[in-house]
Amino acid sequence: MTDPIYKTDALIAEDINAYLETHQHKSLLRFITCGSVDDGKSTLIGRLLYDSKMIFEDQLAALEADSKRVGTQGQEIDFALLVDGLAAEREQGITIDVAYRFFATEKRKFIVADTPGHEQYTRNMVTGASTADLAVILIDARKGVLTQTRRHSYLAHLIGIRNIVLAVNKMDLVDYSQKVFDDIVADYTAFAQSIGITSFVPMPISGFKGDNITANSENTPWYTGKPLIEHLETVELDNTADQAKPFRLPVQWVNRPNLDFRGFSGLISTGSVKPGDAIRVLPSGKTSTVSRIVTLDGDLDEAVAGQSVTICLADEIDCSRGDVIATADNPPEAANQFETTIVWMDDEALHVGRSYWLKLGTQMVSATIQQPKYTVNVNTMEHLAAKTLDLNAIGVAEMATDKPLVFEPYADNRALGGFILIDKITNRTVGAGMLHFSLRRAQNVHWQAVDITREMHAGMKNQKPAVLWFTGLSGSGKSTIANLVEKKLHRMNRHSFLLDGDNVRHGLNKDLGFTEADRIENIRRVGEVAKLMTDAGLIVITAFISPFRAERDMVRAMIPEDEFIEIFIDTPLAEAEARDVKGLYKKARSGQLKNFTGIDSPYEAPDSPEVRIDTTKMTPEQAAELIVERLIG
Amino acid sequence: MTNLTHLERLEAESIHILREVVAEAERPVMLYSVGKDSAVMLHLARKAFYPSPPPFPLLHVDTTWKFRDMYALRDRMARESGMELLVYQNPEAQERGINPFDHGPLHTDMWKTEGLKQALDLYGFDAAFGGARRDEEKSRAKERIFSFRTASHGWDPKNQRPELWNLYNAKKAKGESIRVFPISNWTELDIWQYIHLNDIPIVPLYFSAKRPTVERDGMLLMVDDDRFPLKPGEVPVERSIRFRTLGCYPLTGAVESEAATLPEVIQEMLLTTTSERQGRVIDKDGGDASMEKKKQEGYF
Repeated sequence: MTDPIYKTDALIAEDINAYLETHQHKSLLRFITCGSVDDGKSTLIGRLLYDSKMIFEDQLAALEADSKRVGTQGQEIDFALLVDGLAAEREQGITIDVAYRFFATEKRKFIVADTPGHEQYTRNMVTGASTADLAVILIDARKGVLTQTRRHSYLAHLIGIRNIVLAVNKMDLVDYSQKVFDDIVADYTAFAQSIGITSFVPMPISGFKGDNITANSENTPWYTGKPLIEHLETVELDNTADQAKPFRLPVQWVNRPNLDFRGFSGLISTGSVKPGDAIRVLPSGKTSTVSRIVTLDGDLDEAVAGQSVTICLADEIDCSRGDVIATADNPPEAANQFETTIVWMDDEALHVGRSYWLKLGTQMVSATIQQPKYTVNVNTMEHLAAKTLDLNAIGVAEMATDKPLVFEPYADNRALGGFILIDKITNRTVGAGMLHFSLRRAQNVHWQAVDITREMHAGMKNQKPAVLWFTGLSGSGKSTIANLVEKKLHRMNRHSFLLDGDNVRHGLNKDLGFTEADRIENIRRVGEVAKLMTDAGLIVITAFISPFRAERDMVRAMIPEDEFIEIFIDTPLAEAEARDVKGLYKKARSGQLKNFTGIDSPYEAPDSPEVRIDTTKMTPEQAAELIVERLIG
Repeated sequence: MTNLTHLERLEAESIHILREVVAEAERPVMLYSVGKDSAVMLHLARKAFYPSPPPFPLLHVDTTWKFRDMYALRDRMARESGMELLVYQNPEAQERGINPFDHGPLHTDMWKTEGLKQALDLYGFDAAFGGARRDEEKSRAKERIFSFRTASHGWDPKNQRPELWNLYNAKKAKGESIRVFPISNWTELDIWQYIHLNDIPIVPLYFSAKRPTVERDGMLLMVDDDRFPLKPGEVPVERSIRFRTLGCYPLTGAVESEAATLPEVIQEMLLTTTSERQGRVIDKDGGDASMEKKKQEGYF
């Protein structure tokens, strides 16, 4: 049986050109389906594909065979097998990752993100939801609103999905009872309002039997709303709403084939643009007008949100990847401190204070996250105190970036408010977040220009500033060698300063302990102090265990490239422990001292330090000599 | 208000992806297989960087067993796009004379999977565009648009990087690489429609014509050159055929058809009842999860 909503066989057969003309004007809706393992989610998607004839005979034959072999529906077709893609999950009988499906009706093409229901896979649902215009939340009519229902609704709302369909599924198993349906809707309404969902569309369906999918079902005469497909075909698209907002073009790439052409390429995130429009480039604030919108098929008179374009400007102004071209009289702001909501997606928990790559639009900066103000229990919506964010945790925290970010609140513009966090060592995408607003303190603190520059400070001392960054285990010999180095420099009339780990902890950092977060903050502060001292023209010598590669690299990034010299005092743990000058290893081994590097806290050795000192092969004096030689040359 | 069509939205997404890779990767390359999906991907690249030519080369991992018409179109498109064309043939496969008639699955493994890995290593490409679509096959439906590969080209489906909004993570360590699929979200019908609307050149084998064929194991194979070993008594028969996908000619099944124009091809596709990869032997060896397994080993 062919349903008239889907492709019209008659038209295809009789007048293919007319059919193509219709098809060409379809719009695109992306949506997600969320539900628990047994809510019939895969079955519903399988049904949509089947009814829209996106399943071919060979696939159907395979499906029928599979249904009999491993299906859970007896001799009937198990649609779920169509969509459970990867071998491992077919064996387990669950969907474990985001999968994308495609089908089309006469009016629209649909991309469905099939997302899993298990708690440990929150990250996958957030991933699937991030590109969706609409969410279908599935409920098993026999079970009603469950913990998972709340979780899925919260996540869909968090990610900014405005259109929510509450699909009460398996109505065939409750005799299509209106009362069951009404009770579930009342339950859900109370919950939805409590988390800020102002509207949703409830419908009674059966994915298995096909009720209220393509047409209103005779089994539910009391239901007067649209069937699912018709609703999906007519709901307003986010893209349409985005066009009414102010113009924003995050610049991806500068197109410069020759000296006569300079174009700025990118995907318009909101608004529209025409030649002659006044624009402003952010963050520089420089203004110009749009001269052309260039495409392979000829120049355009107008381009709108959702289109990838190349625009030319009337003036030669600086503009490169990461900049945002915006309407001149209503530009977005730039800031470097924010309040954010972050979804953590990695097995390794957030390191508070550590520097991560942050990608927002086409901007890539370094960002550090503060201790979360709270995390949200996605099952109960309770706010909980937390020191960090573990896998699948969602928390609100303040964030600072090393350079200003051109941004808009996520609620106004997903493209300029949504970001991902990338671990600098593993390169994994570890988190995703949404900017809510900038913190005022960042905007009111400006860099004060000073007349005496760092070059002038260094020039008066007749030296080149530098940071000699010692790293190594406790007892490796850092302080001893650092002392010798400073004495030598002093004799050579060099202006230096030694920052010693223990000494700094008596003053500047006396509020810090030895947890991982405190160790990171300890190093960050020392790095900032060292940087100020190099600005004053000094040669700074630091002697800290500094066990984590990420923090040493963070300090390296703060300081001009040729001024940072990492010195690895390479003493084997057994050797350092045998020396045990301060008796600390003994305490650590007996459990009196916690978080001791090398014992119960890791030490990450440098991959390629500028200087490596093997203390089993040379004396402290020889080591100091080598280091001074490396510095003075 | 401009209502963008689904093809305009798909085009914009693909162009955005192509530009992100060029902005963030050190040495991108486009894997060009000369099929209809490659044709669309190449056209999108020309649009993305116009008026510059696409700032990366085309790489054809050749098996020496493609249809003759494919080689002709390949060379023509490289000329017209102004791009450098690199052709790579696995020297070991060449030396051992690996061919689809005598070596079965080894043919695909050596020429395509191994050949691809060798070519990527040889030139040091750190990002390779491929024309795979998510609607083609179940394991593809779950693959990211930026699909991360280890230094040995392995794919770990359980450990994919989350991909949110249109923010792609192109960071990687030395030796690692990324396969990028700019047309992930296109369907077969979208591809045909786009070729039609943009008048994109494709291999004539997609259109019906009288061609010499033999029937083997229920598949219609075209005798494209005299390397085709005919069995005793086997005589090529002229049939009106065309192809829905193109690969190595001895491994690609034809369909009997009269569709000689693009609208007719689309019409036939819409009325047909079998999926497009059904004519390919490659998906079938190894059973149910064979594509997923191939991808883990480094196949595109």
